[in-house]
Amino acid sequence: MNGERAFFIDHSRCIGCRACVQACEECDTHRGHSMIHLETIERRDTIQTAPQVCMHCEDPICAKVCPADAIKMTPDGVVQSSLKPRCIGCSNCVLACPFGVPKYVAEFDQMMKCDMCYDRTSAGKKPMCATVCPSQALAFVTPAEIERTRRGAAVQEWRFGGETVRTKVYVMVPAGVPAIRVDLVRRDGSPVAPRGRAPVTDDVAAMLGEV
Amino acid sequence: MDDRDRPPDARPPRWQEDFPVRWEDDHYLTRRELTKFLTLGSGLLVGANVVLAALGRRIPDDSYPPVRIESAAALGPGESLLFRYPTDQDPCILVRTRAGAWRAYSQVCTHLACAVVHRPAEDALFCPCHLGWFAEDDGRPTAGPPERRLPRIRLDVRDDGIYAVGVGI
Repeated sequence: MNGERAFFIDHSRCIGCRACVQACEECDTHRGHSMIHLETIERRDTIQTAPQVCMHCEDPICAKVCPADAIKMTPDGVVQSSLKPRCIGCSNCVLACPFGVPKYVAEFDQMMKCDMCYDRTSAGKKPMCATVCPSQALAFVTPAEIERTRRGAAVQEWRFGGETVRTKVYVMVPAGVPAIRVDLVRRDGSPVAPRGRAPVTDDVAAMLGEV
Repeated sequence: MDDRDRPPDARPPRWQEDFPVRWEDDHYLTRRELTKFLTLGSGLLVGANVVLAALGRRIPDDSYPPVRIESAAALGPGESLLFRYPTDQDPCILVRTRAGAWRAYSQVCTHLACAVVHRPAEDALFCPCHLGWFAEDDGRPTAGPPERRLPRIRLDVRDDGIYAVGVGI
């Protein structure tokens, strides 16, 4: 781990204050449209919320499925929002993203998504959401700083069924967890067994409590 | 061919080259971007021309001091003499037309920089290198390879002689 700053999401620290959403909305490049999603988790049982920024996959599926060549990844691994002259508003990326990050904005007939405040981070500043987050559930710090201040481990690997996705953004999980596993589950909570493989899925809500 | 059957160092298939994920591999130019570039670029060129033209009008070109041309007063109609203006490196020719008017031009032919000579019989200046002709009255090329007129030396006829006071194109 080098000394370069990285983006860390610590869902267990999120207090649901929506400061990140508000800060994102105030950006002049997309005023009134927040690029960060604040998700509720098991709303019936808990008030726990989880912020969702773009995870900036190393092999971005949104860009790969784009038929209009509108989503590009910069050399430093940041996946940009769609290019206005190219985006045809087909929503392929919206359907393809495993994290639910890209959203089609009908007002502009364009997909818009988090680009880690590229105008700020490319100039050495923190993304707006990480700047305002009062509990530092969203943190833009060095890995050494995270290791010093947090329990648990930072992972950047997700397993969606048989598909492994590596991301630029880290997520804090209990120590010893190498990757976050996500499989399909039925309405009653029982996992859908993939062909030829035992179903494995992490109970994300339980993991939040453990960190 | 399927993605998995390819050796890892082989080039990606053609359709993937047309849809590069990486920013630096993206060389596609949309028609709208090209049109915008051409329109704005043309506008910029027009604007730059206007600015340059305005600047050219505002800056006076008679920044050289007046120099008296020696023994010019002795020149009869149809005669000429050589002088240097504005510096010693710039050969010029002063001619007196057969009608008696004074004219002065750079002696450097605008074709390939030979020295032009006065031909009073034809009311012309003549470059012997490639047979170029210039009108004596205004320095315009009339025959031969030269396409630009000879730079004019502006003259001022004063009581004590003829002065070269500036260079005009």
